[in-house]
Amino acid sequence: MQLIAHFLKRKNYLLTFICRVMSIEILMPALSPTMTEGNLSKWLVKEGDKVSSGDVIAEIETDKATMEIESADEGTVTKLLIKEGTESVPVNSPIAVLDGEDKDLSSDNKDDSNVMTNDHNKNENLKVDSLNNEKKDETTEEPDLNLIQKNQKNKKFEFSNYKSITMRQSIRDAIAEEMRKNDSVFVIGEEVGEYEGAYKVTQGLLDEFGSSRILDTPISEHGFTGLAVGSAFKGLRPVVEFMTFNFSMQAIDQIINSAAKTLYMSGGQINCPIVFRGPNGAASQVAAQHSQDFSSWYSHCPGLKVVVPSNAFNAKGLLKSSIEDDNPVIFLENEILYNQKMDVPEDTNFDIPLGVANIPLEGTDATIVTYSIMVSKSLEAAEILKKEYNINVEIIDLQTIRPLDSDTILNSVKKTNRLITVEESWPFASVGSEIVNIVQREIFDYLDSPIIKVNSADVPMPYSSVLEKKYLPQVQDIISAIKKICYI
Amino acid sequence: MKNKFKKEDYIKIYTKMLQIRRFEERAAQLYGMGHIGGFCHLYIGQEAVVVGVLMTIENNDSVVTTYRDHGHMIARGLEPKKIMAELTGRQTGYSNGKGGSMHMFSKKNNFYGGHGIVGAQVPIGTGIAFTHKYRKEKQICRTYIGDGAMNNGQVFEAFNLASLWKLPVLYIIENNMYGMGTSVDRASAGKDLFKRGEAFGIKGKKIDGMDVFRVIEAAQLAGDYVRSGKGPYILEVQTYRYKGHSMSDPAKYRTKEELESYKVNDPINLAAKEILKKKILSKNDLEKINSEIIKEIKDAAQYAIDSPFPEEKELFTNVYL
Repeated sequence: MQLIAHFLKRKNYLLTFICRVMSIEILMPALSPTMTEGNLSKWLVKEGDKVSSGDVIAEIETDKATMEIESADEGTVTKLLIKEGTESVPVNSPIAVLDGEDKDLSSDNKDDSNVMTNDHNKNENLKVDSLNNEKKDETTEEPDLNLIQKNQKNKKFEFSNYKSITMRQSIRDAIAEEMRKNDSVFVIGEEVGEYEGAYKVTQGLLDEFGSSRILDTPISEHGFTGLAVGSAFKGLRPVVEFMTFNFSMQAIDQIINSAAKTLYMSGGQINCPIVFRGPNGAASQVAAQHSQDFSSWYSHCPGLKVVVPSNAFNAKGLLKSSIEDDNPVIFLENEILYNQKMDVPEDTNFDIPLGVANIPLEGTDATIVTYSIMVSKSLEAAEILKKEYNINVEIIDLQTIRPLDSDTILNSVKKTNRLITVEESWPFASVGSEIVNIVQREIFDYLDSPIIKVNSADVPMPYSSVLEKKYLPQVQDIISAIKKICYI
Repeated sequence: MKNKFKKEDYIKIYTKMLQIRRFEERAAQLYGMGHIGGFCHLYIGQEAVVVGVLMTIENNDSVVTTYRDHGHMIARGLEPKKIMAELTGRQTGYSNGKGGSMHMFSKKNNFYGGHGIVGAQVPIGTGIAFTHKYRKEKQICRTYIGDGAMNNGQVFEAFNLASLWKLPVLYIIENNMYGMGTSVDRASAGKDLFKRGEAFGIKGKKIDGMDVFRVIEAAQLAGDYVRSGKGPYILEVQTYRYKGHSMSDPAKYRTKEELESYKVNDPINLAAKEILKKKILSKNDLEKINSEIIKEIKDAAQYAIDSPFPEEKELFTNVYL
């Protein structure tokens, strides 16, 4: 607010200046984003001197430094309004007058009163804008809700041919189908070609598509990610494999600052149709630097979509939608799920829209919102809760974190009145934290108990298997949380 | 090479350089008046680099550069008034007022930014060149690099990939002697920056960037090399920025004498001298060009100031496509 007030103040000086001026007035310049006043330490011209644009006319001392200022106009200096050595001259107040061939910027073809009115209006607008902006800050999140592709809840998939394949194969099939469909799709990453993928996800792709479309890179995440982003700006559709998402940290500047923000910064001109994919989260005893869940990191950033498949079936459908999406998509796989088999449609038209959650288990007593590998752990917990406590849990598999399908969450909690979130990420500012916020804000009165977040421990991942198990959310943790909100 | 120029080429060279100079002076003025906020990096002194390279660009070639981008946009044929409108945060700016000085783009003109992160444009430009090759196009991508970025890791990752895959990218190092306030010899080990490409098998050359005609000559040869499919090339152009790093930098890290020694070889004056010497234009002709540019830029500033600020709803547009 202080800044806005300051800016308005600066604008007022401008206003004063515009009202008065007929010939060219040289103003006390702002020489940094925050400067409000400065000392006029020295004049380098005297009255009667001729100046051209670019000529140094004075030295100004700011809070940070002494700077030279130059004339932007041509003419004769008719008056020096401020004596040298004067301190605290406000920014935008006139310091000299030029009588020139060059007329002032703001006075062309306009009478003074018009200019003033216009500028006055702009000031008003600015003020209103700022107030509204502040108001907005208190109640954001609306855009998320708007982005959800409504009415596209889980349609029943009815395809004639299914085959039982692993998630590793279903991801590969999704890539291959999209590559056959569109020449602009290519795969780039470490060991994706000749080695056929560090986790064998890209098996067979080099044989089918050749080395011009399946590109083995050196170990240079920052470089090849930036290269892929540049190619997407130019219209290609790269699928970037990170050997694991832990290594995406090397490239995060290109993901956030380049891929996610350029559509906005270019006023909608340049989009970035790119998929970043690879295993995310804990594998097994690979310890702190190779076992991190990045779902909340990437979900934090507007401009990115974040997709979190939980099985071979939705991995294929979601990846196909991700590759066809015109925005940057973070596609977080889970290494432990790679080997799990499921019936997956062979139909090349099969896809699952982004931004739509799935309900793998319907129930009435409590809701679990979860994603990725924690979906299967939640299903396990639900079975035990039903058998031992007769609690009917409803499970929501988010499938996409951004855009978030809040409607599905809210409708479920309206029915069950109880909620826990289960995720592998750290607890602080996690995806669950945001869901808790939305639910308490939108349907506070429907809640019959506090919401509990089940997360990993708030520490780096330890190596020892005993500690690793303790670190990760387990079926028993989910059961305990549900019992607690059901007051059992 | 010099003799090959037609009269209109000389006029274009002089006009573009002067247009950039006058634009930047006016931008400085608008900054001082509070119309332009945030960071604002001026190109004054370096005009011969971008205009020299411009003269060798074929229409559909791509360009990507750093945050010192106003001059690059003008050279690429973008409208000064829309650039000024962006600088002043107006709806009519190239990014609808959402990019500002450092983040401007024009897909139509194959101008891919305007990047605010030092070094980030280098892999991006390499990726644009990758696209030209992937699509078997004849175009090349010109990727500008400041001397400061030459110590940034991703630049070398990009060099490696570009050379490995023989990508059609011309890297142009605009060595203006200072990365913010740190001089090249306090920041970069080894002498010539272009030689850093040698480790990756990338050829290069260092040239005087104050003489636009020398820049044209070298950029033409370098561009031809890249276009012939031999892979990347690095052109290091020795130049000098007259102003501080940004508007709030008094440039205390260098002497007045140093600045003056470069101003003696001012690129615009040098070009004017050449034009007069060759009797291509008269002094009056040059003066007339100057007056026309001053008017054009003044109108651009007025256009920017008269343009509306973005509507509040614009806050939420262009996040996703």
